[in-house]
Amino acid sequence: FQDQAEQFFRSGHTNNWAVLVCTSRFWFNYRHVANTLSVYRSVKRLGIPDSHIVLMLADDMACNPRNPKPATVFSHKNMELNVYGDDVEVDYRSYEVTVENFLRVLTGRIPPSTSRSKRLLSDDRSNILIYMTGHGGNGFLKFQDSEEITNVELADAFEQMWQKRRYNELLFIIDTCQGASMYERFYSPNIMALASSQVGEDSLSHQPDLGIGVHLMDRYTFYVLEFLEEIHPASQTNMNDLFQVCPKSLCVSTPGHRTDLFQRDPRSVLITDFFGSVRKVEITTETISLDRDVAGFESKLPKDELATEPLKYAEQLPVAQIIHQKPKQKDWHPPGGFILGLWALIIMVFFKTYGIKHMKHIF
Amino acid sequence: AASAQFQLAVPLAVAFTPRSVPGDLPRPLPFRDAQEMDIAVNQRTTVRSRYELLYRSTTAREDAALDAATARDADAALHLLQDPSLGSLTVYVVPETSSLLPQGISVYVGQHRSALVRAGGGFAALRARLAQLTQVMSFTATSIAAALSDRVPDGQLGPDARRHLKSSLGYEITFSLLNPDPKSHAVDWDIEDAVNRYVQPILDKLSLVANFSVDSQILYYAVLGVTPRFDKASSSFLLSAHSLPHVINPVEARLGSSAASLYPVLNFLLYVPERSHSPLYIQDKDGAPVSTNAFHSPRWGGIMVYNVEAPASPHTSLPLHVDVDMARVMEVFLAQLRLLFGLSREELPPEFLVESPGNEGLADWELDRLLWAHTVENIATVSTTLTSLAQLLDKIGNIVIKDDVASEVYQAVASAQSAMAELATGHLHSAFQASKEAVTSSERAFFDPSLLHLLYFPDDQKFAIYIPLFLPMAVPILLSLAKMVREARQHKKEPTKMD
Repeated sequence: FQDQAEQFFRSGHTNNWAVLVCTSRFWFNYRHVANTLSVYRSVKRLGIPDSHIVLMLADDMACNPRNPKPATVFSHKNMELNVYGDDVEVDYRSYEVTVENFLRVLTGRIPPSTSRSKRLLSDDRSNILIYMTGHGGNGFLKFQDSEEITNVELADAFEQMWQKRRYNELLFIIDTCQGASMYERFYSPNIMALASSQVGEDSLSHQPDLGIGVHLMDRYTFYVLEFLEEIHPASQTNMNDLFQVCPKSLCVSTPGHRTDLFQRDPRSVLITDFFGSVRKVEITTETISLDRDVAGFESKLPKDELATEPLKYAEQLPVAQIIHQKPKQKDWHPPGGFILGLWALIIMVFFKTYGIKHMKHIF
Repeated sequence: AASAQFQLAVPLAVAFTPRSVPGDLPRPLPFRDAQEMDIAVNQRTTVRSRYELLYRSTTAREDAALDAATARDADAALHLLQDPSLGSLTVYVVPETSSLLPQGISVYVGQHRSALVRAGGGFAALRARLAQLTQVMSFTATSIAAALSDRVPDGQLGPDARRHLKSSLGYEITFSLLNPDPKSHAVDWDIEDAVNRYVQPILDKLSLVANFSVDSQILYYAVLGVTPRFDKASSSFLLSAHSLPHVINPVEARLGSSAASLYPVLNFLLYVPERSHSPLYIQDKDGAPVSTNAFHSPRWGGIMVYNVEAPASPHTSLPLHVDVDMARVMEVFLAQLRLLFGLSREELPPEFLVESPGNEGLADWELDRLLWAHTVENIATVSTTLTSLAQLLDKIGNIVIKDDVASEVYQAVASAQSAMAELATGHLHSAFQASKEAVTSSERAFFDPSLLHLLYFPDDQKFAIYIPLFLPMAVPILLSLAKMVREARQHKKEPTKMD
């Protein structure tokens, strides 16, 4: 009976993925990179390997020319904790962090030439942690100071993921101003969301470090990091504890969460279900018996032929074809709908106002 | 989710030896019959399985084959006389007193696609036995429901029902030798020979299902994440069952699976414990050491602990040379491979005797089981993918579908329909090939990079862009329009002065 009860509360996932996104660039947004790297650090410590983490950092703080301590990114003032470490694997860096790439990672519509480390190869038994941080507003999150992603697009992307069963359960954490607006529009099942502030509130940063000269972390992520430092792979701490992290007295903003789309009770969801990678194991009790004396097997399948020709660069662009190609005739379509109506209106008003008899002066 | 009606037809021939024909046959031999069963997966998906039975007498050559000394020899001889098509089954009913089947065993399942059933109990009992047998050799309601697991309402299948590997076009198998203590053990494993001898036969058989590629590596100074406890009673080190889930993670980062292909990777690790932690045994939940000293994780792979005996005298020079017994290791790894694919032999009724597959690794009927499940899963996936693509197009009205995406969609639909048709007529091989083509096409269409919805303007953004542009321009136009309308009205009221 105990076993059955255990089974009921357990999540059915077999692997874990994490997508960690920092969307701001420029030196004074140091704290966003530090936020993302501290979550990255916790997630790696609790067991998710780099091959299952997609880390997107919009700017390079560790090697930024303004960094007085190069090759480090600190999260505590007085430089207590260097979250950059020596084992960071950034998958999307600098200008590669765009809304388009982020949505491509989530939905899987990636050009075939993309390397494996830049892909989210999750399946229907994957629990995915998505953490986003940066500057945001009511219903949008700013990427790279030049574009935004809206909450509708994000919700649609998650729905595309659900349609293709690219996740078993999803935990979405966002640390921006008015973060709760980003999860308002979700409608796919099995999503749990946490945000650092409600609509209308700003998320505040934590402490500045006078030596480095910028704010090092945001409050919400700072306290989440403190919480996660207590977790080890065998912890039984559940999500309800994560919801209590950073009350208004510490955070100034009111963190929010959304669990109505999630099927299990948050009390029975372990932190390590999303932040760690605790695998299900079964003892192997069967063996098969092999005949040891069998001679070397002649495989019936054709083996790969060894290359005997000298290798040469493959023709990547059919240059000869491109140079001699004529420009393709684009079919002309008459303007439709709105534009046609607008022009008709303008022309009619023009001739009515100025009179037909003036036409000969114009043409 | 899209609705789907599957029809699975299994051609089944039942051959009676002369002395085993039951007295209460409904019609004289040979005659045809059909047994149908419905599996309701959800409201809109049903699977109807239809066993097309052909009852006949054995031919003279089959009788000669059945005269063999053991069931195994009979099976081997009968294999040559059978219908070789995938998915079909042949059952031979032998006399009740036949010595082919041992005592207490009434059904013998061979390595290929045939079984021997002991006669007795009349026709009804035979039909019940046949029903049991076909469940074992082709598919069960659970295996089909597990294949269609995304359609089953949550809660009906336990969380463990979906732990088998999903149908994929290829799999990558990696064998890794972990040696945390190279100073004490110089471990040699002839993996290439072992793969050629033991692994290649099973992969050749599975090549029908998917493309397999195999690689191997040796990792030094790779430790397990857990420190084993020392047990005084057995003077050995023990890894308890609940610490096993934490063993894999520290190693995984070093396995290099990120450099591997895009196909699912199956890792098989052989761990040679350090001198200071030898011998190391894995404990199961009850505290007893596991005989195989191995465990596996669904959809990931397996780990086996290989203990090296302590050197005879304490003065033997280190490092000890260790030649790994690859046959013993492969017996466990291949068993784990079978379990990962969902081919287990556990739930058999007691009077069934199943022949071990030997070096081929899996019996033909096990391959059929895999193919039935994978075909159904592939077709269901195609249907869901294309439906969701259609829903995406509905939502974003101005999406542009390129010609190649359109042709992939047409091809996927045609292949899926052909697969369903072949399933309904019992041609498992062509059904599976068609379903594979359908999945390839539908995945290519769905994941085409041009279908990103970001590239198509939502309507509210169109307004947001055009209004600031056109509104100021529209003000004089609208005012002039108003003036025109007023003039026209005035013109109507006062007729023009006519001189």
